[in-house]
Amino acid sequence: MSESMWIHLAKSPFATVLPNILLLLIGIAVFGVLVVLIFWLAERTKDKTQNRLKYFVFLGPALLLLVIGLIYPAIRTLFLSLFDASSANFIGLNNYIWAFTQPEILLVLRNTLIWTIVVPIASTAIGLAIAYLTDRMRYAGLVKSLIFMPMAISFVGASIIWKFVYNYEPDLSKPDIGVLSAIVKALGGTPPNWLLTAPINTFLLIAVMVWIQTGFAMIVLSAAMKAIPDDVVEASMLDGAKGWSRFRRITVPMIWSSVVVVLTTITVSSLKVFDIIRTMTGGNFQTSVIANEMYQQSFTALDYGRGGALAIILFVGVLPLIVYNLRQVRKERAIN
Amino acid sequence: MVTIATGAPATVRTQRRAMKLSTRKQGNIFSSPIASFFAVLIALVWTIPTLGLFITSFRNPVDINTTGWWTFLSNPSFTLQNYNSVLFEGSGSTPPLSLYFLNSFAITIPATVFPVVLATFAAYALAWFDFKGRDFLFYTIFAMQVIPLQLALIPLLQLFAQGVRFGSFTLIPPLGITGTYIPIWLAHTMFAMPIAIFLLHNFLTQIPRELMEAARVDGADAFKTFRMVVLPLSVPAIASFAIFQFLWVWNDLLVGLTFGGGKQGIAPLTVRLAELTGTRGGDWQVLTAGAFVSIIVPVAVFFALQRYFVRGLLAGSVKG
Repeated sequence: MSESMWIHLAKSPFATVLPNILLLLIGIAVFGVLVVLIFWLAERTKDKTQNRLKYFVFLGPALLLLVIGLIYPAIRTLFLSLFDASSANFIGLNNYIWAFTQPEILLVLRNTLIWTIVVPIASTAIGLAIAYLTDRMRYAGLVKSLIFMPMAISFVGASIIWKFVYNYEPDLSKPDIGVLSAIVKALGGTPPNWLLTAPINTFLLIAVMVWIQTGFAMIVLSAAMKAIPDDVVEASMLDGAKGWSRFRRITVPMIWSSVVVVLTTITVSSLKVFDIIRTMTGGNFQTSVIANEMYQQSFTALDYGRGGALAIILFVGVLPLIVYNLRQVRKERAIN
Repeated sequence: MVTIATGAPATVRTQRRAMKLSTRKQGNIFSSPIASFFAVLIALVWTIPTLGLFITSFRNPVDINTTGWWTFLSNPSFTLQNYNSVLFEGSGSTPPLSLYFLNSFAITIPATVFPVVLATFAAYALAWFDFKGRDFLFYTIFAMQVIPLQLALIPLLQLFAQGVRFGSFTLIPPLGITGTYIPIWLAHTMFAMPIAIFLLHNFLTQIPRELMEAARVDGADAFKTFRMVVLPLSVPAIASFAIFQFLWVWNDLLVGLTFGGGKQGIAPLTVRLAELTGTRGGDWQVLTAGAFVSIIVPVAVFFALQRYFVRGLLAGSVKG
């Protein structure tokens, strides 16, 4: 290769990525070789040694990762949340008092609460409706795929998609390029500057999350509906239960445990929502939520105390929901 | 009712199933044309936003900014220029998206392979090794799903950058890996562990005990059994979790932002796109084409492997 080509390559942005791609290949290769080597050696050790070795090989890496990646950091965050921004001075519960007294943070907590109420209820209700409507329908697969597809799209991608829907054109004489504004104008209204206007902006962001989560609710509930024994459906039919009344008296009660799991799972995702707010408004215009504020305090304001306190508050919010789901799973395992 | 006359068990079964199907259809007034209409309507509403983005990404910038994308039929234009410029032309000192595309792969592949392999190991041990405190350990790991990512971010970042010290005692020295993919790989691997172990454990416990016994009688040790019996049988479960992890990592913003943010060399697509939305919010030719570049991979994976995806979802809900 000529010198000029090297210079060209070195100047191109790919020069920065080449060593990293090399690292990728090395990383995968080292990992693979290690696994093969350990197995090769372990299968050639004596029974007694091997009996102890197997715990190290199979459980060791996972436990090490869990301790370093989750347990230690969680404890340390709790610890940091009791210190000031520089992590040098102990200030007790001041960061928590700050979180529950500052008007901006109270707004953040209020928004988070709205998210965790509206998103699970709306997604589950729509998902349930679609699951029931498409039960035994022709081409149900296609309809479901379309509704489910947003699950595969990143929150960032979804945010761009919806930001375009919410596009606002201040010059009234120019044609709209955002669908929502165009619809409002066609109906004779005057569109507001959607994402800048509180409180509707929070609900517009919530719509994005509902758009994503509905597919999840639909798939789980649809599977639950298919699992309802045919005899139950037939018996209800003999009793004359039809349409709405069958839906209310038979279908929903029969799949209630799935509905609850869907609700709690979506609530947890809504509590932790970050990407949508970060991409669409950056948490401005009174749309911030707790996960976004945690990022803001930790990585923009560089206040690990306040950031840590917000993370702990988030944890306390998530805790009862996941404990509930955990107990459900234990119960199911006990039955089996 | 003709089938009853033949009387063969198989036909009776078919006939009964046919009856059930028909009764279900009759009983469900929602499976009427009205129900289908509403279902299709909802599906359309759900698709319009993505369709708008897709169409816009192929229009020329002047059209994008002066007319709505829904007028494309009366005002057709088609160009690949938007894709060409976001993928291959950087802006100023910022590299083009194709580089971030590579980064996303370089992050996602190891961040899928590592947790899948290590979690399968752990799930196997927890499912089939007999040792004291096994159930306690399993439930502890399962319970770790309660720890939100946010709780681990700051200490983990500090650990990667500065190591761990207690006073003057250095427990873990600075690792010198900041600025590479390694912290992102490790972070994703760590955060995936609880759910991965849980899902795979559920599957591995279903392997018939006789099969494991037979392997032992044949003289296979724990390692050989894993290689010859467990691994071949658990391919579907591993695949279904791997798809999940792949999509999760590919679509992630928070980990990419905190562990690779601000460094052009390693940041994934999502990080760059979020940045673009902030700095070039009105440049729809850039944003729409860019968004599609990032969407295309997970959507292709999703449609190709939908069956596994759904199964994984039903097996243990999702993480997030």
